[in-house]
Amino acid sequence: MVTQNTTGKGWLKLSIPSWISGCGSVIFTVLITMVGLLFVTFIIGRVMPIDPVLSIVGESASRATYEAAYQELGLDKPLLVQFFIFLRDIAQGNFGESLLTARPVSQDLLRVFPATMELATMGTIVGVLLGVPLGVIAAVKRGSWIDHIARVVALVGYSMPVFWIGLIGLLILYGKLGWVGGPGRLDIFYVDIIPRVTGMILVDSLLAGDMVVFRNAISHIVLPAGLLAYYSLAYISRMTRSFMLEQLDQEYIITARVKGLSESAVIWRHAFGNVKVPLVTVIALSYAALLEGSVLTETIFSWPGIGSYITTALLSADMNAVLGGTVVVGLVFVCLNIFSDLLYKFFDPRAR
Amino acid sequence: MTNLLEVKNLTVKFPTRDTVFEAVRGLSFSLGRERLGIVGESGSGKSITGRAILRLIRKPGIVEADRIALEGKNLLTLSEKEMREVRGHRISMIMQDPKFSLNPVMKIGDQICEAYRLHTRASRSEARKKTLAMLEAVLIRDPERVFKSYPHEMSGGMGQRIMIAMMLIPDPKILIADEPTSALDVTVQKEVLEIMDKLVRERGMGLIFISHDLNVVSAFCDRVLIMYSGRIVETCRADQLHNATHPYTVGLLNSMPRLEHPVDYLEVLKRDDSWDTMPSVGGTLETEIIT
Amino acid sequence: MSMDTELPQKRLTLHEWLTTETPASRRQARVSAWYRSWLAFRSNPMAMFGLGILLALIFIALFAPLLAPQSPFTQDLGARLSPPGKGGYILGSDSLGRDILSRLIYGSRITLYIVSMVALMAPIVGLFVGTAAGYLGGWLDITLMRITDIFLAFPKLILALAFVSALGAGIENAVLAIVLTSWPPYARIARAETLTIRNADFIHAIKLQGAGALRIITRHIWPLCISSLVIRVTLDMAGIILTAAGLGFLGLGAQPPSPEWGAMISAGRKFILDHWWVATMPGLAIFIVSLAFNLLGDGLRDVLDPKKSSK
Repeated sequence: MVTQNTTGKGWLKLSIPSWISGCGSVIFTVLITMVGLLFVTFIIGRVMPIDPVLSIVGESASRATYEAAYQELGLDKPLLVQFFIFLRDIAQGNFGESLLTARPVSQDLLRVFPATMELATMGTIVGVLLGVPLGVIAAVKRGSWIDHIARVVALVGYSMPVFWIGLIGLLILYGKLGWVGGPGRLDIFYVDIIPRVTGMILVDSLLAGDMVVFRNAISHIVLPAGLLAYYSLAYISRMTRSFMLEQLDQEYIITARVKGLSESAVIWRHAFGNVKVPLVTVIALSYAALLEGSVLTETIFSWPGIGSYITTALLSADMNAVLGGTVVVGLVFVCLNIFSDLLYKFFDPRAR
Repeated sequence: MTNLLEVKNLTVKFPTRDTVFEAVRGLSFSLGRERLGIVGESGSGKSITGRAILRLIRKPGIVEADRIALEGKNLLTLSEKEMREVRGHRISMIMQDPKFSLNPVMKIGDQICEAYRLHTRASRSEARKKTLAMLEAVLIRDPERVFKSYPHEMSGGMGQRIMIAMMLIPDPKILIADEPTSALDVTVQKEVLEIMDKLVRERGMGLIFISHDLNVVSAFCDRVLIMYSGRIVETCRADQLHNATHPYTVGLLNSMPRLEHPVDYLEVLKRDDSWDTMPSVGGTLETEIIT
Repeated sequence: MSMDTELPQKRLTLHEWLTTETPASRRQARVSAWYRSWLAFRSNPMAMFGLGILLALIFIALFAPLLAPQSPFTQDLGARLSPPGKGGYILGSDSLGRDILSRLIYGSRITLYIVSMVALMAPIVGLFVGTAAGYLGGWLDITLMRITDIFLAFPKLILALAFVSALGAGIENAVLAIVLTSWPPYARIARAETLTIRNADFIHAIKLQGAGALRIITRHIWPLCISSLVIRVTLDMAGIILTAAGLGFLGLGAQPPSPEWGAMISAGRKFILDHWWVATMPGLAIFIVSLAFNLLGDGLRDVLDPKKSSK
């Protein structure tokens, strides 16, 4: 490591070695976390009160077939060895076969994941676009009616069970009023008519130039994504507000006012410029939360994403599918964390 | 001859849950093209006075005054928009600690340029040239590099020089320096003060120097106001400070260690409740000080 | 309300005695601090509203047999799916002709049970892990914090789902699963507090008197960690309710015929288009109770932790 030089030849030169060493420790931490995550999943799979051998060979299999399958699965080996086999398989993208779909779990996951991503991404985009300005205004006009409204909006969001409000939404907006599409990603007669490219129907239908399918997909996604957006708005607006309040108390805000800047420049250029930094982490966290929230939302809306995949698998004791899904969501969480760290470094000159 | 700044009967109040706290109580003083020191302990209202002049006291704080006039124009009657023209352009302020008073995520050059362009409508390249010149004027060796740097890469002394550059670049008439060297190492304090002093003299500005440090104030100012609990208890020429009569000032002077008169025990300031209720002394300019 | 009996010489009112600037004893100072917090809390109408709802909930749960108009399990297939207000069913009846109001009243017991179990167990696990890691340091600290990070990296609900499916469905396992997924933040808080306390002068003084690590942790560090943990738990309670209801909704929490609110929504889902009340009523109950917890938590934070206050 180069020590801080006092002649000040430029921080760029200094930051490279520290950046590399920082990266090294980040990679180490991430690796440990991932292995730990896999270990927890592995243990859960072990203690599951389901006999994986029986579920493969069937109830009526002979003792010999059972033994053979038992050995083939490596269940006779020590636990640690089994764990390393598990790790090796996952490293090769092999999550085993799903009982329910009779296909490799990895293929299933590739098929369902884009649907979840589409939902969570739409939710986060809307949540950020509405939540950030709401939080900023609430902080600036602290104690005003708009601050109170923002507070109530957030509290209601924190308190509503998503599966319930989803049902009510379906009942009113779809069942009674017919304003939005029903459960699923598309009406039944539009399914599979556009070629699958990304797996996200909104993107695929635009790529295919099929506006009819696009509009139908919008009518289906608007309710579930709107709900998720509301949850992310609640969280993001609260966090934005408290970050803004913290920054507005800082001395450099007074400096900006002393310069004679207008209030909007003080708020957006100076205070918000500093809020951007922690906000990145909050948005990444909220995106992760929406991926997780998809478990319940997708169940309600029959959305064929990773959430419904895991819950259906759970209820039919499809262990490989459950573990595979859990591992993938866990890994996505870890990746989101790394990503937000990197963005943090990008926005905050002090962290470089 | 009109004064640069005239403050008459300034009161600043902050309502708390049960009572109203009066931070400044009926303060009057004036400022010419001179260096006026305001000295007092923490909580005496000196910093609040500086901010009240710029109308930077935010709600729920209340500012009342008969008059705060800049070159004869009453600032209290200005709209917020007109007031923004005054801030930075006519009256500027330097705060205590550059670590907190500079925006941490904005490049230094951008922060200084912003101050300049706001009041001059100068082009980007013009502002850049002017900024580099200003950085040189505050004796920064490598302005090009500093221009592109972020505040956290600067030392405290550098940071305060950058603050001075930023606050003087729109050519204000008055500079309020609120404890500008208290957060700095003793070794760089003098350097920064000299830079500030030189620029203020060259430009014929008025300086309000707020400090708790009697030594610094008496060395750098022409005139001193002593504040205690929101009032001026004494006013005198800086070089006459040792002849001060108010018991508070005398107490302060006696509690300072002196190389030339070593004592075994330093005096501890004894407070008198009557200081709280005495009327404020007028801090108006005595004509003979104008040069 | 004068306190002549205790302080005959001054004749202070209770309010004056509680708000004095110069407390005469440690006890008075402590009671007075609590009283001031209470005054601040009381001036927040939303928080008081939340507190009121929660007290009502506890009351309802305690006296459920007296308050419920019917048994929560008695079926009346003749009166199945009656709308609210009809045939004596104030909130209607479900698909088996059971009174929804009675089921909600009894269901409050389950909700309170889950919330209080999780709110007790998770912070305690976190407190053990966090203080041990923070006070003992070294490899133990690194290992424990790595484990904490691993659990934090997991999506909570999905981990809880996996746990419940491994342990088997049921209320106890749902509680256990939620505890297993929610202790890491408490461990972080407890560790952070421990690190700041550990090097305080009074800890050094106790050490010089010969106190061991166990005594220092249990007698001196734990009490100081409590207040930040309590704030955090109150703020998390609504989340616990929602997670528990979610597990119930997915059929992994309380099992039928138990009147758990989430499971009730799930049961009403089939009839949502024609018989809206079956799923709506339990959802409203969940919403109101978690809103109350949120209001209370917000108010408590404003009072106890003004620095991080959202007000």
